[in-house]
Amino acid sequence: MAIEVRIPTILRSHTGGAKSVEATGATLDELIIDLDKRHPGLRDRLVDDSGLRRFVNVYLNDEDVRFLGGLATPVSDGDVLTVLPAVAGGAS
Amino acid sequence: MRFDSLLYSLGHTPLVGLPHLSPSAPDAPPDRQARLWAKLEDRNPTGSVKDRAAFYMIESAEKEGLLSPGCTILEPTSGNTGISLAMVAKLRGYQLICVMPENTSAERRQLLEMWGARIIFSPAAGGSNEAVRVAKELAAEHPDWVMLYQYGNEANARAHYETTGPEILEDLPTITHFVAGLGTTGTLMGVGRYLRERVPGVQIVAAEPRYGELVYGLRNVDEGFVPELYDESVLTARYSVGSQDALRRTRELLEREGIFAGISTGCALHAALGAAAKAVKAGQRADIAFVVADGGWKYLSTGAYDGTLEEAERAIEGQLWA
Repeated sequence: MAIEVRIPTILRSHTGGAKSVEATGATLDELIIDLDKRHPGLRDRLVDDSGLRRFVNVYLNDEDVRFLGGLATPVSDGDVLTVLPAVAGGAS
Repeated sequence: MRFDSLLYSLGHTPLVGLPHLSPSAPDAPPDRQARLWAKLEDRNPTGSVKDRAAFYMIESAEKEGLLSPGCTILEPTSGNTGISLAMVAKLRGYQLICVMPENTSAERRQLLEMWGARIIFSPAAGGSNEAVRVAKELAAEHPDWVMLYQYGNEANARAHYETTGPEILEDLPTITHFVAGLGTTGTLMGVGRYLRERVPGVQIVAAEPRYGELVYGLRNVDEGFVPELYDESVLTARYSVGSQDALRRTRELLEREGIFAGISTGCALHAALGAAAKAVKAGQRADIAFVVADGGWKYLSTGAYDGTLEEAERAIEGQLWA
C-alpha cells in the first residue's frame, strides 16, 4: 500500500496526464523525493530552497501541511495528499 | 433596538448553540463537552458577514481623504462584498463598479444590480484570482477610481478585530476554537488576533473551499495568489473542504438545527465538526464558534439544495460557491 497523491491539472504534464499517482515515504519530504523519481521534475515544481513554494498548497487528508510540520510532516500508508495552487477563494 | 440608519445596525449578531450537531450528549460532565456555536452573520444589513468589512473600508477611506461624495469605487468580489459595498455606497453617495467572476450565482448578480452596482465580469476560469487581476488592470487605467481592495485592506481585518472578535468573546468567554471560511482572510486574521491576545491556547481554524477543476485548471503554481492580509502565524490549522462535504454540512445545519445557510457555512461547519471530534477523542472540553457567513437565499438557483448530494455536487461544479 502506498500514499495517494492528487495532482492538479497544471502539473499533470509530469504524470502523463494522471490525476492521481502513488508514492511512498515516511515524511512529506521523502514522499516528494520518491514522487520525483517516478515523475521527474515534479519536486522542483513543489519545493524550493526554503521549503514548499509560496503558491503551492499541500494538504494531508485535507489538512494544510504547513500547520502540521511542513516537509517534515510524517505520512503513512492510506493517507491522501492533495496538491493545489493557491487561489483567492472563500466568501469574498 | 433603534438605529439612526441601516449602517448602524451592523454587527451584534446572535451566537446560537447547536445542541443537535454538537458531538457530546448534553448531560455529559462540563469538562468533557464539545459544543458548537454558530455566529449568525446573515443577520447583518445586507445579509452577510461582508457588511462589517465594507463599512470599515469605506469609513477608513473617507477618513484618509481618499473618498469624497460622487467618487467611484472599484472592487473585485465574488458577490457578498460587492453587495455590502453597494449598500454603503448608496447611503454615502458613491458609485460602485464590481469585477466579478462570471461563474457566481444569479442571485448575487441580481442583488448587486438592485443595489445599484455596475458589474464587469471576469472569466470563470481562474475564479477570484482572475477578478483580482482584472480589477488591478482597471484601477491602473482609471486612476480616479478608488479600489478598496479587500484582500489587502487592513480595515477589513480591523473590522473583525474591533467588532466580531469582541462580540464572540463576550458571548462565549470559554471559547477554545474559532472557525471561519478562508477567502480574503480578513475574518480569520481579525478575530484570530483578537482572541489570541486574550485567550491562551485558543485554536484558530481556517476552512478553505476546494473547488472543481475549472477554478484551478489554468492556475500556474508559480502565479498563484495569497491575499496580502494573510498571516500564517495567526492560524493554528487550515483545512481544505470539498464541495460535497460543504453541501452535506449545509444540509445538516438546516435539517438538524433549522439554520438555512449558504454553502460556505457548510465548509466552516465541516472544519468545526472535525475540531469537535478531535477534542472529544482527546477527552477535552471544547467551545467552538464558527461563522455563518450568509443565508442560503442567494444559492437557491445553484441546485445546492435540490435532489441528492451527488446531484447537488454536479450542479455546483465549476461555480464559485463560497
